[in-house]
Order: sequence, then C-alpha cells, then structure tokens
Amino acid sequence: MNALLVLPILIPLATAILALLFWNYRRVQRGLHLAGAAALLAVAVGLLVSVWHQGIHATQIGNWPAPFGITLVADLLSAIMVVLAGLMGFAVAVYSLFSIDARRESFGYYPLLQVLLMGVCGAFLTGDIFNLYVWFEVLLIASFVLVALGGERPQLEGAIKYVTLNLVSSALFLAAVGILYGVAGTLNMADLARQLSLVDRPGLVMALAMLFLVAFGIKAAVFPLFFWLPASYHTPPLAVSAIFAGLLTKVGVYALIRVFTLLFVQDTGFTHQLILLIAGLTMITGVLGAAAQQEIRRILSFHIVSQIGYMIMGLALFTPLALAGTVFYLMHHIIVKTNLFLVGGAVHHLRGSYELKKLGGLYRAAPGLAILFLIPALSLAGVPPLSGFWAKFALVKAGLQSEEYLIVITALAVSLLTVFSMMKIWAAAFWQEEEPVQAGQEAASTADDRSYRGLLIPVTALAVLTVVIGLLAEPVFALAERAAGQLLNPAEYIKTVLGAD
Amino acid sequence: METVLAVVIGGLYAAGLYLMLRRSIVKLILGLAILGHAANLLVFTVGRLTPSQPPIVLPGATTPAEPFADPLPQALILTAIVIGFGVQAFALVLLKRAYQTVGTDDLDEMKSTDT
Repeated sequence: MNALLVLPILIPLATAILALLFWNYRRVQRGLHLAGAAALLAVAVGLLVSVWHQGIHATQIGNWPAPFGITLVADLLSAIMVVLAGLMGFAVAVYSLFSIDARRESFGYYPLLQVLLMGVCGAFLTGDIFNLYVWFEVLLIASFVLVALGGERPQLEGAIKYVTLNLVSSALFLAAVGILYGVAGTLNMADLARQLSLVDRPGLVMALAMLFLVAFGIKAAVFPLFFWLPASYHTPPLAVSAIFAGLLTKVGVYALIRVFTLLFVQDTGFTHQLILLIAGLTMITGVLGAAAQQEIRRILSFHIVSQIGYMIMGLALFTPLALAGTVFYLMHHIIVKTNLFLVGGAVHHLRGSYELKKLGGLYRAAPGLAILFLIPALSLAGVPPLSGFWAKFALVKAGLQSEEYLIVITALAVSLLTVFSMMKIWAAAFWQEEEPVQAGQEAASTADDRSYRGLLIPVTALAVLTVVIGLLAEPVFALAERAAGQLLNPAEYIKTVLGAD
Repeated sequence: METVLAVVIGGLYAAGLYLMLRRSIVKLILGLAILGHAANLLVFTVGRLTPSQPPIVLPGATTPAEPFADPLPQALILTAIVIGFGVQAFALVLLKRAYQTVGTDDLDEMKSTDT
C-alpha cells in the first residue's frame, strides 16, 4: 500500500475528527485546521514529485486485486489537482482565521472545511467510478452545510437551489453508474476502459456517455445547466465562496476530463464535437451574464461559468496541446479565481458592501489592494505575462491547429469581454471618485488593521504565485504537457491499475 | 419480472420529477427522495435478476457455488441508500430552517438570490 496515495484522504479526515473532539475550543480548532491544511499541502507536493519521477501510482485498498477491490490511483492530473486542493485549503484556512465570525466557527466551520477537502482529494484520487460517486457525495454534504451555515435568508434560498440541483445530478450519476455496470460488468475505471471498447452496442454506450455528460455537466456548471451557480455561490461568507469557486466546479471538470479521455473515446467525432459546442455556449453565456451584474460576487460567479467553457474546450479539441492547455488552465484558474474572491472579501472588509455603486475611491484608500486585485483580474482576462495568457495561448493555438476557427474566435471575443467586466469592477470600485460618505457608512469603513492585514497574506501569496506561473510558464507547461500525454495514452494508466497482464 | 420493474422505475422517475416541479419545498424534497429510490431500483434491476443462490463461499471452497447472484449491485444500493438517507435528513432540516427564516414554503417566493 502506497502511503502517499492514502494520506491526502486520511489527513483531512483525522483533522476533522480531532477538530470535532475540540468542539468547544475554537482556538484549538483553528490551530488544528491550519496544521491539517499544511500537512495536506506537503503530502500533495510529495505525491506530485513522486508521480513525476516514477510514473503513475496505484494502490489496492484491502489488497483485493484490481478489478474487484477499490483502487486509488494518481496520474499527473490527479496529483496536480490534489496539490491545488491542498494549496486552496491552506490559503482559505489562513483567510478564514481573519474573516469567519465566531458563530460560524462554533458551529463546526473548520471540521466541515476539512471534510470538504477530504471529499475533493478522494474524488481526484479514486480509480473506481462508484467511489467517485461516493466522494462526490462526501464533498457535497460538506458543501451543503457550508452553504447554509449561518442561516441567513439569502443563504438558505441559495442552499435550496444548490442542494436540489446537486441531488438531481447525483441521482443521474448513480443511474448512469448502474447502467454502466449492467453493460460492462465492472466499475474499475481502468477495467472499464478495456471492457467498453469490447461492447458492441454503440447506441447504449453513447446514451451512457450523454448521461455522464449531463450529470458532470451540472456539477461543472456548463451551459445550459449552470443556473444554480450564480444563484447560490455568492450567498455564503467569502472564504466559503472562494473555496467553492476554486475547487468544487473543478471537480466536475476533472470528472468530465477523466470520463471522456478514459472511458468514452469510441466516437469522439460526435461526443467531443458536442462538448465543443457546449464549451462555446458556456463561455458566451457566462461572460454575458457577468456583464449584466453590478455586484462583485455575482460578476465573479458568472465568470466561473465562462471560464469552465475554456477548460471544456481543451477537452473537446482532444489533441495533446489542447489537453495540456486544459490542465494549465485548471491550474491557473483555481488559483486566480480563489484569489479574486478573496480580494472581493477584502473590499467588503474595507467598505462593508459588494455593490459596485456603493464602492469607489479604493485606489486612494488602499493602493496595495488595488494592485492585488489587478494581478488576478488581468490574469483571468489573459494579459501577458500572467498565467492566464499562457493558458489561453495554448488553447487558441490548439484550436487553430485543429482548424476549429469558430471556437477560437469565440474564445478571443470572450477574453475581450472578460477584460471589460474586470475593468468594470476596477473602474467602479477602485478608480472612480468616492461618493460623499454618509453617516451610516462611516462605521463600516473603519476596519481594524490587524485582521485586514491578515486577509492580505493569502491574497498576496496567490498573486505572487500567479505571476510566478506566468514567468516560469515553460516548466509548468511541461508538467501540463506530460499530464495531457498520460490522458491521451491511457495504456500506462490501465497497466498500472490492473497489473502487467 | 424485469418488465414490471422497468415500469415501476419509469413511474417513480415520472412521479419524482412531477413532484419536483411543484412549488412547495416539501414536495420538492419528496420528489428528490423518490428520484433517489428510482435510481436505486434501476441499479438493482440492471444488475440482472436471477433465481440463484446467495454468493456465499462454503467451507473448504475458494469460490461460491454456481449459479450465484451478483452481490455487487446490492452493495452499491446499500451505499447509495445510506447516502440518500443522510442527504434527505439534511434536506429536511434545511427545509425547516428555510421555512422559519423566509416565512413561506413557496419556491416562487424564494428568488431574491436569482440573477
């Protein structure tokens, strides 16, 4: 048994249990949470290094041989995603220390966050499609409670939509898994990849592919299944929104990538063309939705949708360069999106509002924060030399190579619109003259300095990371390329999981 | 037997979806529960219905005596039922809190967060 594969699941679990034991001691919970997140990040980096040097890792839980037992497997994509999960967990942990109110803390905020991280890591590492369902449920239940924790009216309204849509998606996913088992007689993903190519009922396999597309599509918030996201993501506290924005929809994208590179590759002419169409429409609707909004969190929520389109686009083009672009985009997007939400939280801390109309003059009041907003915002829009530029560059180049000009034009136009809506936030919140302060607003703007500076620690770290990825694009892109290579040639994955027969 | 179950599953899906399209949250959650049961039954049926023995390995043998029923779909359903119970319990609590906070159980009046 390979400890590196089990620890990313065990560490958050152990931390959550320990934190539950200290239910009444919030200080202890904070310390435990921070230590757990740091340990997760360390183990994740170790896993990535190990996978990079020694190839794909697999381990059989309980020593049952591969198609019968439960398999944990990490290829480069999984390892990268686990590292990102650890990184976001840690960044949000630091941010939470300064921003989450005592009432939420005493209702188990930190243990829930750890359970969420456990579910996310489990979903990335599992090699069994039914276990993927189980991990999805683990992370969903934690996220349900996190959305509703606090019990404010918008939160509960958002939570009902979030819970409903995710449960529908889970029911579809379960039905699809059941039918898949009936068709192929196995649930191990590596074994399924072999068995599905032997099934001579293409219609049934295609129907299954579509069921999975819808089930994961809801979770990843692609067009036309994204409406729950902008209705619920902006309701919980910012730290929660940030980790949801960074990680949760990306679990859906990861599942889509896994399923449509490993299992359903029989008729790529149809499935991947359909995904390409969805990708284009997702980009456009997301960015147009964002253009209509006047509230920072809602603008950012719609941008999540729009950016999902780019990731799906790489999957749809299905060339080595395009998939490398998708992996790079995932890395860039998780960091940048979490960061933008965190900056939004800092803005709220200073001014007590997310409405663009009520903000203004922040550039004068907090020039540092203005710069920290500008870095991820420009990176999201794809301005060189930040990380977003290289991600988009790879995708556009792959699109041109595949001669899919329409999607390339869409991607470029959407980038332009992204610049527009980032500049809208910039102009309204930072640049524009501040409105004369009324008596009521004075209280909100007197923020205590210590917790404000604390909020800026993770924001600064993530912004630096964005710049570093942009400047050191070559080694990072080499990593993405190798991950894409493993996705396109699943032979090594199958061989590692099933043994050398 | 498969045909009967297929009709039952179809009926459950239809009932679940119909309830989810109503405006009351109580019906929404009932609909979700029924949808979950429909999925469970589907998994059960797709795992093949055969009149065979339970898959128990007798003392001294290494494999169960043929013909034996496939235990895996039942294990899957067991897991799914447990998860479903947990989620439905949470949904009921959420419903109660939402009713207390918002003061209505009409979904059409819960759209302040819609965009």
